[in-house]
Amino acid sequence: MNRFEYASPSTLTEALALLTDTWGQTEILAGGTDLITSLKQNLTTPRRVVSLKAVSDLKKIEVRGTEVRIGAMTSLAELSAHPAIRQHFPSLVEAVEGIASPQIIAMGTVGGDLCQRPRCWYYRQGFGLLAQQEGRSMVPEGDNRYHAIYGNKGPAYFVSPSSLAPGLIALGAALTLAAPPAPAQRVEPAAPAVEPAARAKRREVKCQAFFRVPQAPGERETDLRPNEILTEITIPLRGLRNSTYEVRHRKSLDWPLVTASVAFDYSADVIGIAKRPRRGFEPPAEPVQPAARAPVVVLGHVAPVPWVSERAAALLDGKSIDESVAAQCGEAAASGATPLSRNGYKVQLVKVAVKRALLAASGKKG
Amino acid sequence: MAKVAWPVEEKRSLMGRRISRLDGPLKSSGRAKYTYDVNLPNMLYAKILSSPHAAAVVESVDTKAAEKMAGVEAVMVLRKPGERVDWAGQEIAAVAAVTEELATEAVGKIKVSYKVERPRMDDRDSSKGEGRVRSKSSGDATQALQDAAVVAEGRYGCTAITHCCLEPHGQVAEFRDGELRLWASTQNVSGYAGQLTGAAELPANKIHVNGRFMGGGFGSKFGPDRWGIVGVELAKKTGRPVKLMLEREQELPIAGQRPSAYAEVEIGATEDGTITAWKSKAWGSGGMGRAGAPPLPYIFRDIPNLETASQGIPINRGPARAWRAPNHPQGCLITMSAMEDLAAKLEMDALEFFIKNLHYTRMPEVYREELQIAADMIGYGKKAHHRGDPTPGPIKRGLGMSLHTWGGAGHDSTCDLTIHSDGSVIANIGSQDLGTGTLTVITIVVAETLGLPLEAVQVNIGRNAYPPDGASGGSTTVGGVSSSSRRAATAALNELLEKVAPELGVSPDRLEAAAGKIQEIDNPQRSMTWQQACALLGQASITRQGRHSRSGAGELTSSGVGGAQMADVSVDIETGVITLNELVAVQDCGLIIDLKTAESQVLGGVIMGITYALYEEAIYDPQTGRMLNADMEFYKLAGLADIGDLKVHMMTGKGYDDRGVIGLGEPPVISPGAAISNAVANAIGVRVGTLPLTPDKVISALVEGGLLS
Repeated sequence: MNRFEYASPSTLTEALALLTDTWGQTEILAGGTDLITSLKQNLTTPRRVVSLKAVSDLKKIEVRGTEVRIGAMTSLAELSAHPAIRQHFPSLVEAVEGIASPQIIAMGTVGGDLCQRPRCWYYRQGFGLLAQQEGRSMVPEGDNRYHAIYGNKGPAYFVSPSSLAPGLIALGAALTLAAPPAPAQRVEPAAPAVEPAARAKRREVKCQAFFRVPQAPGERETDLRPNEILTEITIPLRGLRNSTYEVRHRKSLDWPLVTASVAFDYSADVIGIAKRPRRGFEPPAEPVQPAARAPVVVLGHVAPVPWVSERAAALLDGKSIDESVAAQCGEAAASGATPLSRNGYKVQLVKVAVKRALLAASGKKG
Repeated sequence: MAKVAWPVEEKRSLMGRRISRLDGPLKSSGRAKYTYDVNLPNMLYAKILSSPHAAAVVESVDTKAAEKMAGVEAVMVLRKPGERVDWAGQEIAAVAAVTEELATEAVGKIKVSYKVERPRMDDRDSSKGEGRVRSKSSGDATQALQDAAVVAEGRYGCTAITHCCLEPHGQVAEFRDGELRLWASTQNVSGYAGQLTGAAELPANKIHVNGRFMGGGFGSKFGPDRWGIVGVELAKKTGRPVKLMLEREQELPIAGQRPSAYAEVEIGATEDGTITAWKSKAWGSGGMGRAGAPPLPYIFRDIPNLETASQGIPINRGPARAWRAPNHPQGCLITMSAMEDLAAKLEMDALEFFIKNLHYTRMPEVYREELQIAADMIGYGKKAHHRGDPTPGPIKRGLGMSLHTWGGAGHDSTCDLTIHSDGSVIANIGSQDLGTGTLTVITIVVAETLGLPLEAVQVNIGRNAYPPDGASGGSTTVGGVSSSSRRAATAALNELLEKVAPELGVSPDRLEAAAGKIQEIDNPQRSMTWQQACALLGQASITRQGRHSRSGAGELTSSGVGGAQMADVSVDIETGVITLNELVAVQDCGLIIDLKTAESQVLGGVIMGITYALYEEAIYDPQTGRMLNADMEFYKLAGLADIGDLKVHMMTGKGYDDRGVIGLGEPPVISPGAAISNAVANAIGVRVGTLPLTPDKVISALVEGGLLS
């Protein structure tokens, strides 16, 4: 860990003014459960750390009409204890409970969960996000038991570590990212802070679009820019059934091996469909009531991004869920996986996780 | 006169009861100061630069930038150009600086160039064995296997694991007034100084070691090690106290490994389930150190037709060290797995099969009794089924069992005990408490011997100023310290009885110490209080020494224990995730001094065993040889949610108590791997050959067995 300047602004505009345009110069501190270890491992050596603890309007959960807005600094404990979240989004509660560490649940934040860096052990040992040595990835011939089985044609092999992202994507959540007003009135590290006048610029991205697979050294795994702060997560209230199923090795604190999050309209005990490209799948014989949203199946810890399985979702349209439909959907989700030398078992885990998440969401026991 | 022999059961007031460890409140409140907590005025922090390469030659080491930094007080090169590196993490250089952060930063500024070689990392390929093949044979195993009605063949083993002590290795060293003071996290307080006389350039009598509390050793902390020597050298060089504790990421790859062990086994039996032959070929790696040689066949040593061979595979991994019950867990896993596989092939109940073959063990009656108790505790009769749980659905349940043994004779020990004229008692032993309750059991022995409450006795351990005691390894401590302290206390008491006898008008051999009094045996009315008795000493006091020597152990201690464990698991055959429902441990350790700390010792061993059975593995990159999980994130230890319901039964009474005190540290850690592996095989119908029993391996075994597509 290098010496750095510590800033604790009390407003978002102040916080944004303390960030810079290039990665590595500044880091944002939320709960610290990832950043502190990254600092200790010298994975990042920022000149300034900007804490968001004192930015009070980032800590909130608001139910407004047809949506729920969650401030990025809301702790995972606050999220999973909130009555509206418990009522509408069991998928997120299950994802938080899956973390299994009271300390991380208490300290970790919703924004931090989405922005944390991957746990790939080659990355954590200093081989870079793409785990490369002399331009070649260490993963295919290395120990890749916890690496990706989708989206792993290179150069990225790590898995997205976020606990909440698969559930949020399934629920159709959007993220609000704030940037300083242009032209930036920025404070260079080690210079005294000045009061910025203009208001922050905001943009909204779908949670799914926030994550991306880096294609070259230096690229990141999210759409977040170095001078932006994730401020808010908005989840539409659509009355979707939803659930997250995690396969974990240990019951106590452990990263999941595979997770599956599902969300679907089940108003008539049949999965509702919405318009979507059919991609060669036959439409159901019986027309069903158009739904608020098509079913979504998202896998966690299997790819460099939360992995949306179109094949699995398409199979659900208009179906009533039972063990057989859920199992077929799991098979569909698992098809097309490209496991590495040591992680073929994850393909089996995908089948089970999807099946069990579907059964749980539909109120049937697996 | 009081006798040295242990009191009979009716005469014991403290021994054998459940007594909470005396340093529990200190530890749970944080008042106990571990080596890690020692901070001296003007102290420097030392950090070590480790090699990132597992096989390399150092070409150059440039320390200039580190040396120039303000606050850096000393830089030492530990591997010079031309010297080899044989495992990742090997020490290259060290820095002492005024803060820990500065020392870390300075280490990062040392530039080292290496000629890097491709490391040898594969320990699973038996053809890569090197060096001496250890073999033994009796009878004709090949013929007997041919003649056997049923033969089971299998491949079993376990990966390398580390000690993963909660408190990493390290010490604080301070030279003052021509002497060296050390606070060390060590299993060897009395023997530590002698290993540092060269580095300190002082005789051992000028080196003072403190080690009252330590955060786990498990066989990895017998000496100061390279880093301990460096810490002393840095303190000497700078003239300031130096604290050097390994970082977690350094500790795991270099400060101790349990060797991996694999074996191919053939075991044969007659139709009625009597084992007739055993043949095994074992291999494994102790890294660049000596490989282990698991005892095979384990426990069932007297199988008539035997043929065994084992060989090591040197690879570029940190050297192996003694790991709690060295070689036994590996030998146990391999043997008990093969046994259970044979029982399954015979379609015979595993418990019946184990009992039927107990005549091949050295303690058949002990094991028979223990297995029956374990079976009752776990509800074997109701739960047992042949291999493969027929219950529909993805959750399969199974039972497994295992037997183990250990020596546990007491090591050499010396105790000085003083009775003061005010009645207070002090006992000093240069031993250490690894967290097992050593301090507590010594206090119990002394208090029991003198007929006093625990509070009346002060016991000091953890300094080499006290009379020497052996290193705490191999379950040798309790035999040594209980014997030496009993002897010292008895001798001191007898001297006191000589003074009391004329006052009470009774001959000394008619007197005893009990309930805070000195009284006539069988006539407690004729007595005086302990205080009155001690007041007779006037201005003098009584000091006596008690010695225990391994060679002439006498009647107080012995060795050789047996234990049986049974595990009840549920396996999710769709995910490969195993849940330990229950594990019962039945253990003999001779005469028990403190039932509570004995049970705790068994629980601790069992939890450690569950951890290596299900979770723990030192994972190395095959390309660079670096340990990939030198952390507490992917170096997985069982948490409270993972250990299930644990039940301990200690064997006591006739046949056990009369054997005297025997060590207990190693035995309970031996069987969990085997018992859990057998329970998993019993549940799912196929063997998962190697530990840890991770979901990927369970899934592979199910696929290979045709139980999952």
